[in-house]
Amino acid sequence: MYDTTYTRAKDASDAAKKMRAAEDGQFIAGGHTLLPTMKQRLAAPSDLIDISHIKGMADISVSRKDVTIGAAATHASVANHSKLMKVCPSLCELASHIGDPAVRNRGTIGGSIANNDPAADYPAAMVALGATIVTNKRKIRADRFFTGMFETSLKEDEVIKAVTFKAPKSGAYAKFPNPASRYAMAGVYVADHGKKDIRVGVTGASSGGVYRAKNMEKALAKDFSADAIDGCKVDEGDMLSDIHGSAAYRANLVKVMAKRAIAAAG
Amino acid sequence: MGIEGIGARVLRKEDKRFITGQGRYTDDHKVAGMHYAAFVRSPHAHAKIKKINSKAANQMPGVVGVFDGKQLTGDGIGNIICGWMIHSKDGSPMNMGAWSALATEYVRYVGDAVAVVIAETLAEAKAAAEAVDVSYKVLKAVINAEDALKDGAPQLHPEAKNNTIFDWEIGDEAATDAAFKGAANVVEMDIRNNRLVPNAIEPRSALAEYDAAEDHFTLHTTSQNPHVARLVLSAFYQVAPENKLRVIAPDVGGGFGSKIYIYPEEIVCLWAAKKARVKAIKWTADRSEAFITDAHGRDHVSKAKMAFDADNRILGFKIDTIANIGAYMSLFSSSVPTYLYATLLSGQYNIANIHCNVRTVYTNTVPVDVYRGAGRPEAAFLVERMMETAARQLDVDPAELRRLNFVREFPHQTPVIFCYDAGDYETSLNAAMEAADYANFEKRRKRSARKGKLRGIGMSCYIEACGIAPSAAVGSLGAGVGLWESAEIRVNPVGTVEILTGSHSHGQGHETTFGQLVSDRFGLPSENVQVIHGDTDKVQFGMGTYGSRSGAVGMSAIEKALDKVEDKAKKIAAHMLEASEGDIEIKDGEVSVKGTDKKLLWHEVCLGAYTGHNLPEGMEPGLKEGAFYDPTNFTFPAGCYICEVEVDPDTGTTTIEQFVAADDFGKIINPMIVEGQVHGGVAQGIGQAMMENAEYDDSGQLISASYMDYTMPRADDLPSFKVSTTETLCPGNPLGMKGCGEAGAIGSPPAVINAITNAIGHNNLPMPASPHNVWAAVQAGE
Ligand SMILES: Cc1cc2nc3c(=O)[nH]c(=O)nc-3n(C[C@H](O)[C@H](O)[C@H](O)COP(=O)(O)OP(=O)(O)OC[C@H]3O[C@@H](n4cnc5c(N)ncnc54)[C@H](O)[C@@H]3O)c2cc1C
Repeated sequence: MYDTTYTRAKDASDAAKKMRAAEDGQFIAGGHTLLPTMKQRLAAPSDLIDISHIKGMADISVSRKDVTIGAAATHASVANHSKLMKVCPSLCELASHIGDPAVRNRGTIGGSIANNDPAADYPAAMVALGATIVTNKRKIRADRFFTGMFETSLKEDEVIKAVTFKAPKSGAYAKFPNPASRYAMAGVYVADHGKKDIRVGVTGASSGGVYRAKNMEKALAKDFSADAIDGCKVDEGDMLSDIHGSAAYRANLVKVMAKRAIAAAG
Repeated sequence: MGIEGIGARVLRKEDKRFITGQGRYTDDHKVAGMHYAAFVRSPHAHAKIKKINSKAANQMPGVVGVFDGKQLTGDGIGNIICGWMIHSKDGSPMNMGAWSALATEYVRYVGDAVAVVIAETLAEAKAAAEAVDVSYKVLKAVINAEDALKDGAPQLHPEAKNNTIFDWEIGDEAATDAAFKGAANVVEMDIRNNRLVPNAIEPRSALAEYDAAEDHFTLHTTSQNPHVARLVLSAFYQVAPENKLRVIAPDVGGGFGSKIYIYPEEIVCLWAAKKARVKAIKWTADRSEAFITDAHGRDHVSKAKMAFDADNRILGFKIDTIANIGAYMSLFSSSVPTYLYATLLSGQYNIANIHCNVRTVYTNTVPVDVYRGAGRPEAAFLVERMMETAARQLDVDPAELRRLNFVREFPHQTPVIFCYDAGDYETSLNAAMEAADYANFEKRRKRSARKGKLRGIGMSCYIEACGIAPSAAVGSLGAGVGLWESAEIRVNPVGTVEILTGSHSHGQGHETTFGQLVSDRFGLPSENVQVIHGDTDKVQFGMGTYGSRSGAVGMSAIEKALDKVEDKAKKIAAHMLEASEGDIEIKDGEVSVKGTDKKLLWHEVCLGAYTGHNLPEGMEPGLKEGAFYDPTNFTFPAGCYICEVEVDPDTGTTTIEQFVAADDFGKIINPMIVEGQVHGGVAQGIGQAMMENAEYDDSGQLISASYMDYTMPRADDLPSFKVSTTETLCPGNPLGMKGCGEAGAIGSPPAVINAITNAIGHNNLPMPASPHNVWAAVQAGE
């Protein structure tokens, strides 16, 4: 690891200020994406600005169907939140399968979505849940937040404070883990928001990062059943291809995982 | 046996320190004045070094030296050698290319060491290593063994024309061809054995100390055989004479073969400590370095065919193998695709005619050498995939085809050198079939089918050769060393016992099992016995641990030394008790005269040996005996593994529904440790069969170079194994032991692949059977 300067931010605007002052700064939350790359000498930020100690930043609140999850909430705290479990169990379930216990106890939802790894789990949930990403500057709809693999619409000095969403009527996440890393090879989050508003978020598979499977959403609006998406094409051309799976395999997995999620959301 | 004697499930004595984090591994050792080494490695698979500019690096903080290959060879450090000479079938010796610990003119794989930086801190060393500016002329690389043999392929070493190290054969080709002429059926297969990365939990490490006043070196290192390391470092690499070099292999966290060899890093750290005039240099691989520098395993491609008569008896077996040895010949690399492989192609079967041709080639990849099983997994995979495929093609039950062809009389001379001394293959087969409830498989298959799943069952009746090895025999086959083992038993005046062994424990539990021999013999509690190993200053010369040899060979040496101790103790006791030697009995810590109440306590006899007050006429005082044991034959563990799987055709996900192992390891000293060895071996074999693969891109970059991409088996990938043993004693050693360290990794891959191919209904499936590969195979069909 290269030398770096570590500081803790008092609040979001302090974090942004520190970022502007830094030569080549990075926010750090759980460090479970950033630190491994630093240890491998692939990243060399001059400053690490820790946002995970900001007061209230790790809070989760659930009021009726309105859910707010602080950016620094760990995967474990999302997985085990009893009120969240009641209104949106599928998100708890998703969080409980991220990485291993060490990762879940350190890694945060804010870090995950800010990083927007094309194989990360949360991005699929964010688009399917129609979440809003709240930053120190603005509120961003999930659909506009994720802009490509490892790309988001965040500005340099923009800190995610929380994500908010309305719990869906029902939802489920089906993940096919990469055998080596156990990130998603294909992860599909299906959420039924009622009134024919169905959203399907797909992660892991596409070379463009997370996306909404609009054709499936349409089919499901007519008939919310696994069979309903039989005719929906998953375009191989958009899919990632690597040593773990061809594009054809990933396209197949998207369909299979979608069906499993639909069946589970039922 | 006593509660801590032979056959007892004694808990592992070493686990307390390992589990409580108090093991002392090489990297835990620190000395005053210690500096750190960081290696500059080639980013190219094949290139000519144009220039190395280390000016900037030399001026960086903390840096005390930057050295390259020209300086190393200039100081007379010798090239790294392969210690097993193989001759091609035309009689010519193998074509070994030069391997300098730091490359001089060419780099031949990604990770090849080009220079080393020595600095006061690790961070300084790493920073300066990045500042060493190496300019390369990049050359075309060749990755696959078959490609390396093609016309126009990039050439790696001037010594090896067409990249061919040797073109070797075993068996009688004419007789085998003749046998095929008379065949009723011939079964043919193409088989690829995937390349693996060893992944010991502790990465390799070296701490080289130089004492300028004494001109003496001490090396702490992650070695399975510290004496062999010292010998090779002295005799071949000219680092220092043996009496000026102490090698210590302290706690070592797993080896699997990858820590047998002497690697560039140890050589360089020793040499550089003197050159840079520092007290000590530490180097520890990080995981990324381990992936691209630890010797890889396997990587064979073979064409095989087997001939059967009309009654399904095997008439002949013919194999053509190409073995990828990587960019350089590592220490035992030549023995793996030859004498550790082709000698086992008779399997458990009576086959009159076998011929195997092996071409071994250089490629621009990490060197390949011994990895758990070493050649024997490749042989078992060929034979047992072939038997299963033949059964399907001949439309006979796979168990019956095997039964029909089993060797049943011993000793049995195969046509490929080995003479099997003892075994009972049918008993293992029956035990495994019963444990697996083989008879009711069809019911289970139907149940799976109702859920839309494909269920399959597969078996593997493996044999392997352990207890390496009779020294004269391996010498005649090209080995540069003898493969005996040494032991010394030091009885202290108070009656406690120290076992000094030339074996080395890096996970095998020697501190427990070796002690059981003493407990068994004298009835002493295990806490009174200490096993000392891994330090060339403390222990007499020994050959180390690999090839499941520490039981059959290492413990045999201990038995021989114990015989001598017992003998002398009895003489002393007889003298003290005024009885005849033949009447003395040692039991439960007491030395008594048979049929009388005359006795001494064990420690009284030991004390008597050391006071020397009352010894038989002419006897030397003391109670300490040594022995060297040279085996008379290899040993032949064998058994039957059955694997049952369920495949999800939608995703290719394969779950192991049950895994049964019935092994014959001969005499078992500690069943709990043996079970642990089988569990670990089977896990590794399942890893090879379903998950692990060292994958290169065309330019020679290892793509699966971290755990993000290299799939290691994890606990939740594996079922609870059903293991059991049957026993035929090995006639070749005093305890009747065969060895159990590698069987699991040898026997399991064919059982797994046989099961999955049975489930999907055809053979067209590459290893590893990853979800993607299984799904693609289901899609593609036959
Ligand atoms: C072994 C292992 C297994 C894993 N498995 C999975 C898996 O199965 N599925 C999965 O989805 N993930 C997985 N992960 C990733 C894990 O979930 C990470 O913790 C997460 O992606 C990043 O969160 P973090 O808090 O650790 O972020 P950090 O590493 O601290 O930061 C990551 C990036 O986000 C930025 N950032 C962090 N917080 C904020 C904020 N509030 N505002 C703006 N930018 C911010 C940082 O500047 C940095 O660029 C795994 C990680 C490891 C090490």
